[in-house]
Amino acid sequence: MNDKEILISVKNLEKKFNGVTALKSVSTDIRKGEVVVMIGPSGSGKSTFLRCLNLLEMPTGGTITFNGVDITDKKVDINIHRQKMGMVFQHFNLFPHMTILKNMTLAPMKLQKKSEQEATAEAMKLLERVGLADRANAYPSQLSGGQKQRIAIVRALCMKPDVMLFDEPTSALDPEMVGEVLDVMKELAEDHMTMVVVTHEMGFAREVGDRVLFLEDGIIMEEGTPDDIFNHPKTERLQSFLAKVL
Amino acid sequence: MSEWFTKIKADFYLNFIKENRWKLILSGLGTTLKITLIAIIIGIIIGVVLATIRSTYDLTKDEMRGGKKTVMGLLNTIARVYLTVIRGTPVVIQLLIIWFIILASSDNGVLVAAVAFGINSGAYVAEIIRGGIMSIDRGQMEAGRSLGFNYIETMRYIIIPQAFKNVLPSLANEFIALLKETSVAGYVAVNDLTRAGNIIRGKTFSPFMPLVGVALIYLVMVMILTYFVGVLERRLRNSER
Repeated sequence: MNDKEILISVKNLEKKFNGVTALKSVSTDIRKGEVVVMIGPSGSGKSTFLRCLNLLEMPTGGTITFNGVDITDKKVDINIHRQKMGMVFQHFNLFPHMTILKNMTLAPMKLQKKSEQEATAEAMKLLERVGLADRANAYPSQLSGGQKQRIAIVRALCMKPDVMLFDEPTSALDPEMVGEVLDVMKELAEDHMTMVVVTHEMGFAREVGDRVLFLEDGIIMEEGTPDDIFNHPKTERLQSFLAKVL
Repeated sequence: MSEWFTKIKADFYLNFIKENRWKLILSGLGTTLKITLIAIIIGIIIGVVLATIRSTYDLTKDEMRGGKKTVMGLLNTIARVYLTVIRGTPVVIQLLIIWFIILASSDNGVLVAAVAFGINSGAYVAEIIRGGIMSIDRGQMEAGRSLGFNYIETMRYIIIPQAFKNVLPSLANEFIALLKETSVAGYVAVNDLTRAGNIIRGKTFSPFMPLVGVALIYLVMVMILTYFVGVLERRLRNSER
């Protein structure tokens, strides 16, 4: 894995919310095609870390280099870089006033100046891939949670991002719908999409992750391959965390 | 019964038909509508500007820096003072202050009244719109921004269309309230609908017919407006299913 090019390089990332430190000097490199899974108890800073990667949260210290550009530099236009960083949220955040198709074609048409035809064709191809082509003209309120999240994933994919960020994508789903979303993510990983995934799905982390980061108290407490983390946890904190969730 | 009917008929004749008094009512109605319409336009302009300042400041103060933050902070403070003063004082006092002090050089009562009610309504419109924008889940803003839209684009394509639907009923109610509020325009020598009724009452010494008649005209106008708002609301809702 280590021979691949570095896509995102995080150095000494720090985030404070009104004096409360959520992240303390976190550093890691994310390489092209890598699936990095972040686990840890709630409040450990894993979601904050993910949201800092595309500056939805402004880091209070450290740097994030994406495609060779330090995006924490105040002179950088973050909007351009965000186009290449797809994000999937816990609560889907589909646009309720637009059809599924419009949800997917809006950004490619407005930001990448694609024609409606081209954007629609690409969107339909993605919809077919996730088995939702027949819902193209439905509104988000007519879909189940699992369907909404699959749409949210392909909406992000329409921008042809270099990396996909997943912020607890299955946490708001009914249990029977978790599988369909994880399957789509698994397929993405098989297609060598670079992915950073915050999740409580340990099965997914073990099976799909190339590298697992265990965060606690705003630092990377332990990191390694799924085998290292799940079968040979070194720190006591990780051992007790795994004992609780597995 | 027939005696009562005859009396009503005579009353009606005295107050509306005799000396063409209905013309006074009609021109009063025209004046009321003119004041309301201009006030609504002024109110929307002021309201949109203030709501934009207030919600932009609230939503982006964490990511703004330097001079931009200072300017927006100052504008936000001005907007808040405006809202506090306008919403904290009676509209009649505002009307009189504008008539006798601020625009004392103008003798166009209709225009002064329209400006006064517009300035007043702007404060309420601003808070309605701001409320609508702030009521949209912050995940919508984050989803828009994460796709690469800037703040203004996200507002335009994602937040405003949803907020508009949410605030439409409150906005319409504000304008209906405004129509009724203009009935105090008589304070600045404007012959609006209310004052027309009152003038007739003063001439005929018969209060029932002109006052109830005027009340009915207001009621009918409000009912018509309410009906159209309902139609519009239903149409907007249908576009989402």
